[in-house]
Formats: sequence, C-alpha cells, structure tokens
Amino acid sequence: MADMLFTAEGVTKRFGGVTALDNVSMQIPRGSIFGLIGPNGAGKTTFFNTLTGLYQVDEGKFLFDGKPLNVKAPHEVAQVGIARTFQNIRLFGEMTVLENVMVGRHVRTKAGAFGAIFRTPSARREEAEIEQRAHELLAYIDLSKRAGDKSRTLAYGEQRRLEIARALATDPKMVALDEPAAGMNATETVTLRTLIERIANDGTTVMLIEHDMRLVMNVCQHIVVLDYGKKIADGTPSQIQKDPAVIKAYLGGAHAEVGAKA
Amino acid sequence: MAKLMQLKQDKRTQMVWFVALGVLILILPFLAGMLGQAWVRILNVTLLYVMLALGLNVVVGVAGLLDLGYVAFYAVGAYTWSLLASAHFNLHYPFWVLLPLGACLAALAGLMLGAPVLKLRGDYLAIVTLGFGEIVRILMNNFDKVGLPWSDETYNITNGPRGITGIDGLNLFGLDLRKGLDVSGFNVSGFNVSGLQLYYFVFLAFAILSVIGVYRLQHSRLGRAWQALREDEIAAKAMGINTRNIKLAAFGFGALTGGLAGGLFASMQGFVSPESFGLLESIMILAMVVLGGMGHIPGVILGAVLLSAMPEVIRYAADENVQQKIFGVVLIAPEVLRNLIFSLALILIMLFKPQGLWPSPEKK
Ligand SMILES: Nc1ncnc2c1ncn2[C@@H]1O[C@H](COP(=O)(O)OP(=O)(O)OP(=O)(O)O)[C@@H](O)[C@H]1O
Ligand SMILES: [Mg+2]
Repeated sequence: MADMLFTAEGVTKRFGGVTALDNVSMQIPRGSIFGLIGPNGAGKTTFFNTLTGLYQVDEGKFLFDGKPLNVKAPHEVAQVGIARTFQNIRLFGEMTVLENVMVGRHVRTKAGAFGAIFRTPSARREEAEIEQRAHELLAYIDLSKRAGDKSRTLAYGEQRRLEIARALATDPKMVALDEPAAGMNATETVTLRTLIERIANDGTTVMLIEHDMRLVMNVCQHIVVLDYGKKIADGTPSQIQKDPAVIKAYLGGAHAEVGAKA
Repeated sequence: MAKLMQLKQDKRTQMVWFVALGVLILILPFLAGMLGQAWVRILNVTLLYVMLALGLNVVVGVAGLLDLGYVAFYAVGAYTWSLLASAHFNLHYPFWVLLPLGACLAALAGLMLGAPVLKLRGDYLAIVTLGFGEIVRILMNNFDKVGLPWSDETYNITNGPRGITGIDGLNLFGLDLRKGLDVSGFNVSGFNVSGLQLYYFVFLAFAILSVIGVYRLQHSRLGRAWQALREDEIAAKAMGINTRNIKLAAFGFGALTGGLAGGLFASMQGFVSPESFGLLESIMILAMVVLGGMGHIPGVILGAVLLSAMPEVIRYAADENVQQKIFGVVLIAPEVLRNLIFSLALILIMLFKPQGLWPSPEKK
C-alpha cells in the first residue's frame, strides 16, 4: 500500500436534521493531487471545515501523517501541517499582499511582544526571514509586482492565488484548496493548473475541491465524489468519468455531465 | 538623473519639515506659557490623550476589538498613583514604583476584561466593555465604605465621589516637578520653567516612547496577527494564529498604555475623582482613534491632538467677548455654542472623511 498522508474514517457531521457528511472515508497518498467533487451542497466544504477544526465531527476520525488528528481548536491544524484556502475568499483585505503572506509564517515563527518592542537581534533576524520567504512565495505565484498593494485591490484570480501563497507560507504537508478556479477565466485557470502541479511536484500534497471538471480530471490522480453527504465513488479520473452513480448524481442535479465537460 | 535629484530634494524638504516640527514641539510649552499656564496644561492633557489614543488604537484600530470602557484603565493607573502617593493612606512611593505598578495593574484589569469577552465581537463586545468601564467608575464611587462580612467596621479606600486630594507630584532626581525650575541662577534672569512646563517634557518623553512601542508592535509578527484577526478571524485561525492569546495581548497592551497615562495624570493634577473617568471620556478617546484614522499611528496622533485641543480653542473662540465684538450681543451661551460647534465638526469629518482624517495609505 502506498504511503498515506491523510485518512478519514467514517466521518459523519450533522447540522440539525441535515446530515452533511454521512460515514465518509477516504485516503490520500503522500505527494498526490487529490480531488473532492460533487454537486452543490454535497458536503465538500463541510468536509474541509471538519478536517480543519472549524467544526467538530459527530462520528469518525482523521489520521494525518500516521497520527490521529486531534484538533481542539482551528489554529492547531496549521501547526500540524494542514493549510487551506476558502471557497469565499478570506484574505486580510486591508493588509498588503506581502503582509498577507507574512501572516502565513506566523505558525512557524515565535517572536513575541518583547522582541517586537525592543527589536532584539533574534526578532529582527526572524522578521527578515519572514519577509524574504514571503517575497519568494510571491515570486512563486507571480505576484511580486503587487507586493505593496492592499490585497483587496487585487483581481479575483490574483486573490485566489494569493490565498494559496498564504497557505503555503505555513509550510504545510497538505494544502486543501476549496474551489480555487471559481471565477477564473480560461487563461487564469491554466496558470492555476500549472501552479497546483508545481506545488505537488515540490512535495506538498494537494486536496482539491473544484467544479471545473476539465481541471479536476486533468490534474488529479485520485478523486472522491460526494453526493448528499455520502461517498458515491472513489477512483482515478477515468474510472470516475465512467461511473454510473456519478453521472446520475450530476445529471440529476443542476450540473453539467462529468464526462461532457472533461 | 533628474528623478534622482527630485528624490534627494524630497528627502531634504522632508528633513526640513521634520526638524521644524521637532523645534516647534520643543518650544511649544514656552509659547503657550506666554498665553498663560492654563494653555500649558491643555498641551499636557493633549499629550496624555495622545498616549490614550495610541493605547486604544492597539485594541480597536489594529486588533479590531471595539472597546467602550477604555477609560477604566486610565482610572486604574490614576488611582494606583493617588492611593499610594498621597496623604490618603499616608503612603508616598516614588514614581519608579508607581508608574510601572499602575501600568501592570491596568494591564491585569485589561486581561480581566479580555478573558470573558473572547468570544464576543462588534456590538456585543462594545456593550460588555461599556459595562466594564461603568463598573470600575462605580466601584471608585462606592469604595469609600467597604464593609467586611465579619465586622461592622467600614473602610474608606477610594474616598468615593469626593475623590483624592493632596496627591504627590512627580519627583525626578530630587526635583518636585510641580514646583518648577528656577534657572535665574544661571544668569538667565527672569526666566523660569514652570512646573507644568516641566511636566510637558516628561509627558512628551512618555508619548514618544508610546509611539515607538506601538509602532514596533504594530509592525511585528504580533501586530500582523492582530491585523489578521481584525480582517478575518476565521482565516487568522486557519493560519495557525491563537486568537485567544493575541486578543488578551491586545487588551493587555492597550490597558498598559492607559494605566501609564493615568499615573502621569494623577501626578500632574494632584486631585482625582471618579468623575474624570466616565463613559463620555471613553467615547472621546474612541472618537480620536476613529476620526484620526484607525490603525494608522500618525492619524491617531492627529485625532488626539485635534479633539483635545479643539474644545479649548472653541471655548476661546465662542467666548462672550468675541460674540459681543462681532454681533454686538451674546447670541448663544458659550458652553452651548462650544458643544454645538464641536459636534458639528465631528459630523462633518465623518461625512467627508469616513476613513478618518489621515488613514493608512493605499500603497506601501
Ligand atoms: N454551518 C452550517 N449549518 C447548517 N447547515 C450547514 C452548515 N454548513 C453547511 N451546511 C449544510 O450542509 C450541506 C453541505 O454544504 P457544503 O457547503 O459542505 O456543500 P458543498 O459541497 O461545499 O457545496 P458547494 O459546491 O455549493 O460549495 C448543505 O446542505 C448545507 O446547507
Ligand atoms: Mg463548498
């Protein structure tokens, strides 16, 4: 069996009467690009939210990097090595592009108030390192030119890329991207695809929620399909495209057929 | 090349302005002294407001936590000084004990306020902090008859609404600042530095230290975490920021500055009473932060200077004599006119400069 970075076992999450996740299990091999798809309201974002500690699961558990993922507060997840982006972009709008990425370094640095006020040598050194790393990451996503601008002034596609850079700044073992291509035009999506592949090549496992089937089918090695909170399929892109349950789920919903778009 | 020259020119004019401003700040108390010592006192109070606004700016402007009870920390600092350096308990500790102690007690009060409100935001937070400010004021008002369950005796801790009088001044190197400095011995005959003018320079030093401290905090790992919290708490958590800890730190640092200013206030004033620490005062400090430019230190300083000086200038301008001169009669009572103009000015600023008079720049 391949080396698994992340495992979910029988995860269930209910919101009152709605069972948003119903006994969902999956395994993500280290270094892979893993797709999580499904019609609107299938429970994809809810899965991210439980795995990143925003919600507590009702049943089931997660394993990450060989250990049970016992998070009591969302901020512990970044420490463990999981970073995420948000479906509805959540940048720090009044902060500059560079500062947004610098915030991502928070969890890997430790200077406190004393170091800040007295500008101790160690705090200054750390600050310089944070800034340099942030600049590197901006170059990585090709946004260096906008480093000094407030992040709310960026174009939509740029904001999505910046969210990815900010997540990468936490030195994650796995990044969870929630619909990174939403609102992007065709050119931007191509750039995004290259970026995602580069992230995986550089050793970070990618978990991708996406409605853009062309992107998902091209970039993912493995895909899980959710529908009404249940896992209805699990396999390679070509297996998923042929899966009758998947086709039915997509045709039954408001979405285009999986195969047609791919 | 021309561009480089231009840049050099800009740098030079900037330098000139900077030096001019510095000189102005240094001679200001003497200029004000020519108009009367009351004006020097206004300058000193302005410097205290600069400190208070900077402290509140950490909480409201940088970390985005609305605090309507900030004056409570000012009160803690002022009462710490007043109780431990006055005839009230006949204690007379020196400033280097009292100022740090007052600041630390205020910070502690800040943590006490912070801990129960960690989960609150916006309006709810505002209400609770408002209540906290009122509680502190009411405690000071009523702690003149503190009884213990096992005895009938009552203890007078704060002297209630009558306040505490006869508070020690700041004593620096054996010099009681309130007494002023007589430099006629140095052959500068007739030239005296008044007590209030000496206080001005002490307050100025503390205000400058506050600016440096707050600036450095804001531009640090902790400062960025505060801003991230203000911008989006969920995203901040996802970045691994322990929002509980940094919220407490924000309340603590804001309170620390307030407590320090409170101690300085008591040492200059010689008299404190709960009346000085009401809700209106908290709102005034908040207005300085908001009108100046939230989270932007130059803006906050401008807000503090304008809002603490404006009422005094209007007081002068709205004077009966001035009205008499212009209109021949006194049309509106000066006190009413003063409040009218002040409120109007605030409304106009918010209408035309909703981001504050001097908000942080769009590009860095
Ligand atoms: N905080 C919540 N409280 C109550 N119900 C919720 C909550 N979050 C999600 N749900 C419900 O759970 C279900 C799954 O929602 P979720 O956002 O996970 O879907 P999704 O797969 O991400 O859909 P989309 O493709 O539209 O983003 C929906 O029925 C939604 O209404
Ligand atoms: Mg979603």
